[in-house]
Amino acid sequence: MINLKNKIQPALIASVLFFAAQPAFAQGAVADKWKWLTFLVFGAIIALTMYVTYMAAKRVKTVADFYAAGGGISGLQNGWAIAGDYLSAASFLGIAGLISLYGFDGFMYSVGWLVAYITVLLVIAEPCRNIGKYTLSDILAYRNDPKKARIVGALSTITVSTFYLTAQMVGAGVLIKTLIGIDYEVSVMTVGVLMLAYVLFGGMVATTWVQIIKAILLVCASILMVILVWSQYGFLGDFLGSVVGDPKVQARVAALIGDKANNLSATQLGQIFLEPGLFLKVPLDQISLGMALVFGTAGMPHILMRFFTVPTAQAARTSVNWAMAIIGGFYVLTLFLGMGSAMKVGPAAIAAIDAGGNMANPLLAQSLGGGPDSLGGNLFMAFVAAVAFATIVAVVAGLVLAAASAMAHDLYVGVIREEHVTQQEQVRAARIATILVGAMAIIIGISAKGQNVAHLVALAFAVASSANFPCVLLTLFWKRCNTGGIVLGMIVGTLVAIGLVMVSPNLTYPLAIKAAQGKIVATETANLTKLNADLTAATEPAAQDKLKAAITKSEKAKAAAEARIKSLGDDRTSIMGLEKPWFELRNPGLISIPLGFLAVILGSLLYRDKRAEDMWDELYVRQTTGILAAKAQAH
Amino acid sequence: MSAAAPATPVYNWVAIDNDPRFQTLHSRKVTFLTSLMVFSLFYYFLLPIGAAYFADIYKIKVYGVVNVGILFALSQFVVAWGIAFYYTAKAKEFDVMAAELVREAEKIGAKK
Repeated sequence: MINLKNKIQPALIASVLFFAAQPAFAQGAVADKWKWLTFLVFGAIIALTMYVTYMAAKRVKTVADFYAAGGGISGLQNGWAIAGDYLSAASFLGIAGLISLYGFDGFMYSVGWLVAYITVLLVIAEPCRNIGKYTLSDILAYRNDPKKARIVGALSTITVSTFYLTAQMVGAGVLIKTLIGIDYEVSVMTVGVLMLAYVLFGGMVATTWVQIIKAILLVCASILMVILVWSQYGFLGDFLGSVVGDPKVQARVAALIGDKANNLSATQLGQIFLEPGLFLKVPLDQISLGMALVFGTAGMPHILMRFFTVPTAQAARTSVNWAMAIIGGFYVLTLFLGMGSAMKVGPAAIAAIDAGGNMANPLLAQSLGGGPDSLGGNLFMAFVAAVAFATIVAVVAGLVLAAASAMAHDLYVGVIREEHVTQQEQVRAARIATILVGAMAIIIGISAKGQNVAHLVALAFAVASSANFPCVLLTLFWKRCNTGGIVLGMIVGTLVAIGLVMVSPNLTYPLAIKAAQGKIVATETANLTKLNADLTAATEPAAQDKLKAAITKSEKAKAAAEARIKSLGDDRTSIMGLEKPWFELRNPGLISIPLGFLAVILGSLLYRDKRAEDMWDELYVRQTTGILAAKAQAH
Repeated sequence: MSAAAPATPVYNWVAIDNDPRFQTLHSRKVTFLTSLMVFSLFYYFLLPIGAAYFADIYKIKVYGVVNVGILFALSQFVVAWGIAFYYTAKAKEFDVMAAELVREAEKIGAKK
């Protein structure tokens, strides 16, 4: 256990969880004889979303339909779609997994994902609905030099979406392989083709409905699992009491804290699972991550884009309220899902299948449904796995749409053609851009096989919070803001965020890994010598079997560590040429967000822009009152 | 979509901006949003800061095995929902003020 912890700790700490963990087995969590069931459930869900896409395709005629579902989505529908867009597989699988392995620290992690929506609700949703049209750059181009604003806005949108998209594609490949053992390449292709079909034919209408369906499935699956967990372990106080008293949880804590466990009683060990400190070791990183979430979510192009699908600012507000209810409710449930699987399945068993804990939910479902050999257990697990799959596809579809709109609407229509285009040309441009982005996502996803992509999610949030958010916020609320500020803010925010992540501990540092793995090899070698000696001495057949099992396990761990060292070859440095991280935090927000704001302010003060000054009154009146908002939609 | 939309009216944005009703709406809204935002950020960042530097407080048991940390983390959800609820109630007042401006927008500072 301790070795395992050493192995994953560096790969995990702050930003994301599930993409970092490299599952070590090929055959998948679902047993071969139950695979048909999994495929059946997957097929049913894919068929449902395809039917929705078919219906949606008939309704997508204009460019407004393609990018913004014609502004005809209601507040409630959009709330579910936002939840569907936001609750990625990292939330459903990764956070529940973290809670199952680390208790309280995992749960603390989930709070930031909800609080992020307060920023969206208070300062972003309604003003953006009032003055925006299809993209983030529409907001920036309103009062600033349209061409310059569109170029920087589109580049940053494409950058953020590509980082996030790549992380999701690689995550999808790894996840599907871990779940059912389909080849990585095939998994990535499947996700890519499905997502392309939704977006290409159904545009925002289909994307919205796929996200709604997925969010409903996700919430239903979670509620069902939590009710079953409660029925076995009690509610709230009783539930937590069961956690503290659980031997598997106590053993996990003992393994995590090492020698300190010696003087503690079993209940004291269990109690530590409900206290901070098992997972998050760098306080500043934790705060930096909080900043990236709270300011980055409001700068995520695919989230902003959702507000252009509703008709009014009031509907935008309603949709954030629904989204907060759904997202918050879901994250409260993760506490019970995670701790439930810690008791029902056990942290050791969860970590044995995937070191990051991503299989906690599927395994919990299997166990709740009747166990690994039952039809019920495998049906429930297949359902949860299919929900996770739908989750990835829905999130990816939203990201592709955001990147494609920046390419087609901002760069092609806005900058190259200077708005002189017909409806048909715009829709065609949007579809071509979708194919380009989709193909790119598949190619990058496949070529990034086996790569550590944890830094990509950190990067996406870092750029969104340090470049997009300061630019959008100050354009909307600061009179002096102008083109100079937007351009400088986007450049500085993006470069600082990327630069700091590239020299952070998120990347792979071969020397550190070799040292950690070398330690495992040494421990296991010593362990093996001792076990072999014990085996020679043992006489009881039962004891011999037990020792033989322990030897096999130890040999496996040693072989895995040796293989990892071998895979690094003679590498000494990260891809940036560093032997160890230069910047200690995994999340650069603490530094890059203030710098992003500073750059917008400085750029604005140093630059004179008549248009930005003249347009201020119009922009400010419109974003505050919503005058003309409905008409902007109709154009 | 809105069929037969009337020709886009010409607004005098500067005049609307200078209208006392808009000024009142604007200053009330900005003050309200800023204070709510600051409060929500303060409350949220207490959680990671507390876990890092005041972990002993989090470990105090309140009811059975339930400790301050768990309750504080759960309270984050309640507070976030409370902020959303409060904002929505307050935003309705702003909606009424904005609606009046939208109705009279074309008249304010109309060029003769």
